[in-house]
Amino acid sequence: MSGFADYAKLDATALRDAVVSKRTTAAAVVEAALARIAALDPRLCAFSSVLAESARERAKELDFALARGEPAGALCGVPFALKSNMCLEGVEAHCGSKILAGYRPPYTAPFVQRLLDEGAIVVGTTHMDEFAMGSSGENSAYAVAKNPWDPARTPGGSSSGSCAAVAARMVTFSLGSDTGGSVRQPAALCGIVGFKPTYGRVTRYGLVAFGSSLDQVSPFTRSCRDMELVMSVISGADEHDSTCLPHPPIDPDRSDSVRGLRLGVPKEYFAGGLDADVRARVEAAIQQLVALGATTVPIELPHTEYAIPTYYVVATAEASSNLARYDGIRYGVRKPGDGSLQGMIAATREAGFGPEVKRRILLGTYVLSSGYYDAWYVRALKVRRLIRNDFDAAFERVDLIVCPTSPTAAFELGEKSDDPVAMYLSDVMTVPTSLAGLPAVSVPCGKVSQGGKALPVGLQIIGPSLADARVLRAARVFETATKHQSELYALDLSALEGAAR
Amino acid sequence: MSQTAIPTSGPTPQGVGVVSKKTGVRWVPVIGLEVHCQLKTETKLFCSCRYEFGASPNTRVCPVCTAQPGALPVLNREALALAVRVAVALGANVAPRTKFDRKNYFYCDLPKGYQISQFDQPFCTGGGLTLPSGKRVRLTRIHLEEDAGKAIHDRGDTTLVDLNRAGVPLIESVTEADMQTSDEAYEYLTSLKEILQYAGASDCDMEKGSLRCDVNVSVRPEGEPWRTKVELKNLNSFKNVKDAIEHEIERQIEAYESGDKSKFPVQETRLYDATTQTTRTMRSKEDAHDYRYFPEPDLVPFHVEPAFVELQRTMLPELADARRARYQRDFGLSAYDAGVLTGSRALADFFEMVVKLSGNAKETANWITNGVLANLSDPTIAAKTVDELPFRPHDLAELVQLVTDRTIHNNVGRTVLRAMFETGKSARQIVKEQGLEQVSDEGQLEKWCREALVGKDKVIADVKAGKTKAVAALMGPVMKASKGSANPQLVQEILLRIIQTEM
Amino acid sequence: MTQTEVDIVKKTATLARLELGEAEIAKFGEQFGRILEAFQKLSKLDVSGVEPMTGATALSDVLRDDRAKPSLERERALSNGPKHDGEYFIVPKTIGGDA
Repeated sequence: MSGFADYAKLDATALRDAVVSKRTTAAAVVEAALARIAALDPRLCAFSSVLAESARERAKELDFALARGEPAGALCGVPFALKSNMCLEGVEAHCGSKILAGYRPPYTAPFVQRLLDEGAIVVGTTHMDEFAMGSSGENSAYAVAKNPWDPARTPGGSSSGSCAAVAARMVTFSLGSDTGGSVRQPAALCGIVGFKPTYGRVTRYGLVAFGSSLDQVSPFTRSCRDMELVMSVISGADEHDSTCLPHPPIDPDRSDSVRGLRLGVPKEYFAGGLDADVRARVEAAIQQLVALGATTVPIELPHTEYAIPTYYVVATAEASSNLARYDGIRYGVRKPGDGSLQGMIAATREAGFGPEVKRRILLGTYVLSSGYYDAWYVRALKVRRLIRNDFDAAFERVDLIVCPTSPTAAFELGEKSDDPVAMYLSDVMTVPTSLAGLPAVSVPCGKVSQGGKALPVGLQIIGPSLADARVLRAARVFETATKHQSELYALDLSALEGAAR
Repeated sequence: MSQTAIPTSGPTPQGVGVVSKKTGVRWVPVIGLEVHCQLKTETKLFCSCRYEFGASPNTRVCPVCTAQPGALPVLNREALALAVRVAVALGANVAPRTKFDRKNYFYCDLPKGYQISQFDQPFCTGGGLTLPSGKRVRLTRIHLEEDAGKAIHDRGDTTLVDLNRAGVPLIESVTEADMQTSDEAYEYLTSLKEILQYAGASDCDMEKGSLRCDVNVSVRPEGEPWRTKVELKNLNSFKNVKDAIEHEIERQIEAYESGDKSKFPVQETRLYDATTQTTRTMRSKEDAHDYRYFPEPDLVPFHVEPAFVELQRTMLPELADARRARYQRDFGLSAYDAGVLTGSRALADFFEMVVKLSGNAKETANWITNGVLANLSDPTIAAKTVDELPFRPHDLAELVQLVTDRTIHNNVGRTVLRAMFETGKSARQIVKEQGLEQVSDEGQLEKWCREALVGKDKVIADVKAGKTKAVAALMGPVMKASKGSANPQLVQEILLRIIQTEM
Repeated sequence: MTQTEVDIVKKTATLARLELGEAEIAKFGEQFGRILEAFQKLSKLDVSGVEPMTGATALSDVLRDDRAKPSLERERALSNGPKHDGEYFIVPKTIGGDA
């Protein structure tokens, strides 16, 4: 079976149309996806596993169903990838960690099931920073994904593989998870769309926890309309997650205008540490939105400078507890240690976790321990409230906030991997929204040139709680007007084809 | 655990405590209890697995209670309802807002590496109960938490882990250190168990692990401040609790009286060994855990509305104390019978249903305390508890009526009850099938009486001489001839009439 | 790196059940010091009267009905276990207590 020739030129919406209108078949789409993965992934290392057989089988079923005239799902025949911290029954979810090597969940996450029910076809799982802890993908115990724009650079992290897979058009969309920017930052660095919904819009059941009060399943797509489509499928109430909002799925905004929208421009996001070229692209993007009818309002988010420490205290505290279950008893790889139970647990964790995970478990354990709890953890929760209050105050005056997604374009692999503090600072633009639980999208807004390479830049659009549709509408209007999306399709990846370096 | 506060002083009732033979010092024990009770819900606290005691290992588990990565808890509404019902029964204050916290520690029976429990905002505080002796024991708090799984240590050289019990709802009630004797602790447990059982909140069966108790004990010389508190664990029966407390009080007094400071009790947890009736150190204060409690981010806060509390109050049945008083007052029962009949809520409920149908409380009480309970304790009878009775309250009421209206004789009634246990048939059906109905047909009775009088000249002479009681000697043969069905009162009348008018 | 940082790392690692080697302890001790120093700015902020924000939603009272659903088949529940006997998970011999 030969693959669908136009596969890499279409977004999910168009691809589904092609399948449903029988211009191609789901089977041909899957073959094209598998062929592209085979060609590009040895160099890009986005995929941890490729589920060729089950994808082919599912495509055949969908084609039969279409032939019988059965109604087609909203994502019928569209191939996608899962970050390997998501549960699909029987499919290894190692979370980028040695400790979960070979772990096959006995259940399927509802957000995955909803995609499958709409006819989307899972073709693989992707590499990631171990337990989603990282901003470059380098903390994977398995393989480090590369940026398709320059394979010497990071695709961003922690959802590195899921992002690279969509940017290199190996899959049409993918799921990542965003705790402090793990989807928005890579989306910006790879020139695609990444969206973190309002906390609670998507069930977390089946997403392996890092920071429970911050984690959100967040998709990568190549177009904003795809993002609206995917969100309309995965969002909505779920009885398995107490923190999942009871609201109906996100319904795409029918408006295709930003006219009259008041855009807040927070001065703290345009201060030192922001790359000058990135700043210029983002400011130009804001001017384009103004040209489209929006107005700008200078705003202040005065507690922004506290966001990084607050985030790292809260996220690591939760993580230290969330990762306590990896004790070598019910799943994972066990090390005997001194032969005692507690010795086995300690040896298992010592051998199974990588340095960044250990660092964060230590930090999180420390801030929760007796004598430090109030000074660190409780204080961080209070500052978190102040950060949220900043946003609430701003949203009394504006409809959306616009700012950069990442202070820099994609950095080189190895550049920051030995300096945790520098690595933590790369999340400075995304972490405040995570702490506040607000919806935010990163949408491509041009390129900068670095080291002779053209590298994408992302514009971040942040909305008030539950204004997910408004955020996505603004991103869509911007995308349609600017055509930055076409730059990704113009990216020639033929040089990357063939064997791994 | 160990949330019992250590007050710095407290009142000492007169004459309480143990007077040392050696020193003459009066040592006053200070005792507090932490009791875990399993709530009687259909499913676990945070997942939809149905727990069943004795189920095959690891068959009542799911992604949530085995802590599969990505699985999340959702609180069981009924568990909260039962917990609130208990709080109401114990006169405690239900908090308007409550939340859950994670208690972090590593052990093989704790799948998540933390237990979801309640730290600083338990769902209820205060309350208490009054022991039969009149002593008041105050509660500090009650909180809701999930149980751990079961680690089995006695099979070979490994430990086996069964997670069926992991996630089962528990309430942990913590008393103030108000008790001073092992008897008070025993009484407290008995009363608490009774209330929880009546509330329908827990079976409180220590053998099945649905009630577990830890004890805090210290001793001090009368009038002096409180001393070091020792926690006792591994107490598998109420009797163990009593024995362990007694042993621990002795141990502590001896230690203090030795005068050797190195032997003084230290703050620690000790395990009780029922076979040797001694305790041994499990862990000292130095190894005390840093549980790193913090608010459970996978759950949201809960607001317990006053209407919800009131609803639980209305669902609370009349408790045993109140019923005992009412049975004595309204039914004229003895304190003893009232106590027996309220031994369990099921028995008391059964008794009241039968009374409603029979209209005769005293007779019903007799038939239950002497008849039903005797049969239940008979090993040849299948039913062991009131819940397992093979007949309905209506059937027992029928039996009571048959006896009181003299359709059958009391002794026949016993035979019928036995048959009810054995066959599950109704009293009336058994009486009919076996022809046990009392015969009151005078013609038939007179025939049996005349036969019995043959050759009984001595009796006849006695009766004629005025000793009417002598006819009793003739009752046996008549009853025998009638196979027990003759109406004894009529038989007596007929015998007397024949002797006095015809002989 | 100070001795205090090393001690903190050692004590915290024990609590977190991480059996760190000497080299790791030294490295983490140094990084720990730098991270905490960078985070010190939190302590300079006035947070008096601020309610801690424990969750990112305003949800409350999320409860489920007490109705049973099928449990996992035991084979699946045990399937990822590094050591089991078909009935139980097996761990090194340990005697009672949560120590």
